[in-house]
Amino acid sequence: MPKKSFRQAINEALAMEMRRDPTVVLMGEDVAGGAGAAGEDDAWGGPLGVTKGLMPEFGRDRILDTPISESAFIGAAAGAAATGLRPVAELMFVDFMGVCLDQIYNQAGKFRYMFGGKAVTPMVVRTMYGAGFRAASQHSQCLYPVFTHMPGLKVAIPSSPYEAKGLLIQAIRDDDPVIFFEHKVMYDDEEEVPDEAYTIPFGEANLTREGDDVTIVALGRMVQFANQVADKLEGEGITCTVVDPRTTSPMDEDTILECVEETGRLVIVDEASPRCNIATDVSALVSERAFGALKAPIRMVTPPHTPVPFAAELEDLYIPNPERIEEAVRSVMGHQA
Amino acid sequence: MSEAASIQAITMPKWGLAMEEGKVSAWMAEEGAAIDSGEEILEIETTKITNVFESPVAGTLRRRVVAEGETVPVGALLGVAAAVDTPDDAIEAFIADFQASFVVEASDAAEAPEPEMITVARRQLCHLRMGPEQGPAVILVHGFGGDIESWLFNQPVLAESHRVYALELPGHGRAEKNVEGLDVATLAMLLADYMDAAGTGPAHLVGLSLGGGIVMKLALDQPERVTALSLLAPAGLGPELNMDFIEGFIAAERRKEIKGLLGQLFADPELVSRDMVDKVQKFKRLDGVKPSLRDLADSVFPGGHQALVMKDQLASLAMPVQVIWGDADAILPPAQSEGLPDNVQLRILEQIGHMPHMEAAGEVNRLIADFGD
Amino acid sequence: MLQLSKEDLVKAYTQMRTIRDFEERVHEEFAGGGIPGFVHLYAGEEASAVGVCMNLNDKDNIASTHRGHGHCIAKGCDVKGMMQEIYGRRGGLCGGKGGSMHIADLSKGMMGANGIVGGGPPLICGAALSAKTLGTGGVAVAFVGDGGSNQGTTLESYNLAKVWNLPAIFVVEDNGYAESTASAWSVAGSQIKRAEAFGMEGYEVDGHDFFAVYEAARDVIAKARDGGGPSLLHVKLNRYFGHFEGDAMTYRGDGEVDALRQSRDSLQIFRQRVSETGLLEAAEMDEIDRSVSGLVDEAVSESEAAPPPTRDDLTTDVYVSY
Repeated sequence: MPKKSFRQAINEALAMEMRRDPTVVLMGEDVAGGAGAAGEDDAWGGPLGVTKGLMPEFGRDRILDTPISESAFIGAAAGAAATGLRPVAELMFVDFMGVCLDQIYNQAGKFRYMFGGKAVTPMVVRTMYGAGFRAASQHSQCLYPVFTHMPGLKVAIPSSPYEAKGLLIQAIRDDDPVIFFEHKVMYDDEEEVPDEAYTIPFGEANLTREGDDVTIVALGRMVQFANQVADKLEGEGITCTVVDPRTTSPMDEDTILECVEETGRLVIVDEASPRCNIATDVSALVSERAFGALKAPIRMVTPPHTPVPFAAELEDLYIPNPERIEEAVRSVMGHQA
Repeated sequence: MSEAASIQAITMPKWGLAMEEGKVSAWMAEEGAAIDSGEEILEIETTKITNVFESPVAGTLRRRVVAEGETVPVGALLGVAAAVDTPDDAIEAFIADFQASFVVEASDAAEAPEPEMITVARRQLCHLRMGPEQGPAVILVHGFGGDIESWLFNQPVLAESHRVYALELPGHGRAEKNVEGLDVATLAMLLADYMDAAGTGPAHLVGLSLGGGIVMKLALDQPERVTALSLLAPAGLGPELNMDFIEGFIAAERRKEIKGLLGQLFADPELVSRDMVDKVQKFKRLDGVKPSLRDLADSVFPGGHQALVMKDQLASLAMPVQVIWGDADAILPPAQSEGLPDNVQLRILEQIGHMPHMEAAGEVNRLIADFGD
Repeated sequence: MLQLSKEDLVKAYTQMRTIRDFEERVHEEFAGGGIPGFVHLYAGEEASAVGVCMNLNDKDNIASTHRGHGHCIAKGCDVKGMMQEIYGRRGGLCGGKGGSMHIADLSKGMMGANGIVGGGPPLICGAALSAKTLGTGGVAVAFVGDGGSNQGTTLESYNLAKVWNLPAIFVVEDNGYAESTASAWSVAGSQIKRAEAFGMEGYEVDGHDFFAVYEAARDVIAKARDGGGPSLLHVKLNRYFGHFEGDAMTYRGDGEVDALRQSRDSLQIFRQRVSETGLLEAAEMDEIDRSVSGLVDEAVSESEAAPPPTRDDLTTDVYVSY
């Protein structure tokens, strides 16, 4: 099976769905790039080249460059989704949700309920998230907890290229609005990705490692770190189950609970700010429904409650890393009940 | 003969192209025990499956070099066999020499043969050829939901002495997903077309389960193509089958369901590895797979029964025919092997499920390799 | 006025009368405690919704405002279903889950009243994009108030609609007040010049005159259907009631509403115009009035008697699948 980058996996998913379904359109700032300019057409293909090559194949009627105007075009995506298209809107950085959130959660996310189940809003908002790019406070956040909080939205956070392609195709075919999170430092990650189209269902966690001692729940890029720690500790006889929920809405609660019941210990790794994030959510879930299985207090590995800093030294301290995850695993292993 | 020459290394085998390392999950022979060539001495766990390892040498097991639970690369020294009277220091020297000169083989994935697409009767199929340019041909045909990789313990071993072709049928593996108009008879014709397209010439046909029914049908229809016939837990010998398994396999999406279903294929469900579940799950997620499995099942197992039963016709076959069946097969009843005509050799494997070529790979490989030549 | 058939005139009058009666009745019932929550009434503005929507068909979409009942009726939503929705009944257009501020019927091209001021314009850019991409020949209309005209969403939508050359029409219904704040104070510059600044044609229209609205809308909608891009109508009108029911309207001048009801009543103006030209007889319109009154009576009595949603309804209709 060919190896593909996260970037290629996304690009391929978009291209395959656009070929398959003429109602799929892509819109966003510079998704082609160069609109109306004197130079090259398809000049950017997205700010990090993720959508490069789509405009030459599908034309400017389906690959829609937009003004820098998130309220208008994210809202247009919602309106288009409610009236027969399957738009994929690119919110360049999720940090920009502040200028278009109403269109996502008050409009797209609520149509179905407010309208008594008669609306279908098959819209995808693709968005970049995450720290590690030295992009500072307004381009580095992990705001998926915000969207997870909002009924009517689905939230997907792929942890690898294979996951990205299957989850994005699912997101595009899904009849509900989906916020699709792409970690900006993962675009060059590579793994085997089938050439064919495939879907990964939402609400089904992936166990990237299976062990007996500790359950590590991790999301997105943090899954890689959790895997590294699990592999390292296996050599010492500490075996970990790594749970990648894949989607935080819907959330595969059953799998998390089952894993905690088997291991009795839980470490949750979340790159999002620590208050009301997915770590606290999972912690609450397990405390309420699997308390009796716990052999040690739950440990959460998160950033501090600060904006994402700019200086490399600070940002490196900010992001949860394998060392901190390892320490948390060792601490739950060492806990004497 | 020098002492060194009488000391023999037992090394980590390579099962399948992708295997780079294996874990010794259990030793089945004590140090000092006499072991025979072919005796099961180890359980080795790979990412694909856990399997027993048969000793390649005879003698006394003098050292277990790798402890239970350890993972080592392919080719690494697992243990040492020698004559019972070989001095300990010679054994130690042998081990030291081996370890000093052992280098992990670079992954041969680059030069290893890769599955290739092949056009057969205007259909896009996939096949993998292994083995020498010349020599007797063996063609491996998987069962419902299977693929080329189901032969990972067999094809490389058989390829030491045979030209071995593994084929992927429509709806399976990398082959096209269109299964329109296919049943056992037309799949047998497609197999004949494949033999022409791949230039196999007459061959020993090995079919598992549904693949068994297909090769049986081809042997009946075009016997000149078939030098020998090995039927592993084959379809085509009776109407019954475990339709719950088939329906479950078609419907299953979650890894737990898939794991449970795959467990039914083996006498020992523990053999099902994460990778095996992953692979089936990834296959089942591909566009078109589910409907094609559905359509194929409706065609070959209409109403929950096998559409084509050929038991009465086997007596007419002139080529050597063997049926290999595990007595713990939960998918196709081994009782269907009762009353086979005299020209068919029946081998019932004890405590083996529906995947004898995996669960009893060594024995099945020997039975196939030695058959009909 | 001459190109409207008698049938069209009957329809226009019926819809305007339905809106008026509906809103007057909701006003009464709300005061009597029968209707929960917030309601914002459209009485006085009827000619705008009906004048615009008479030019639309079911393929065309509109997005409305918090003051949405009139737009719903003009776009063909079922009046009894609307009333049940306002009462929070299971048989309401939205199953009692939306209420007054979220009445919608996508099958009629009614994309919803909207509780967010300025929420609609981006949505109709999307509906217009759908029409353009799918080649339906449809257009999309955003109704927005003078308050909503100051939202960034609205101004961004002007820009996007023009940049993408969408079949979109923005109807700014300027009733003089954003909540309690006068549009004369809150709107800088002019609505028409705003349109022109984005390269759109903009027309100011007397929103009490059905015929003026109808003709202006007809022209800009035809232009949009022909690929001519977006336009704006600045419709000047008045509301008879407060921002919401319960608003004491202390910000309005003494006798302001009474004077408006005397001199700026779109239904009276309509009756006068058609009577003068002999297109409709007063008796015919009186008959319509009686019929509408009966319909609204039925809508209210049925709504009062209708069952509320059930416990099971609480958690359905959030997702298509979850």
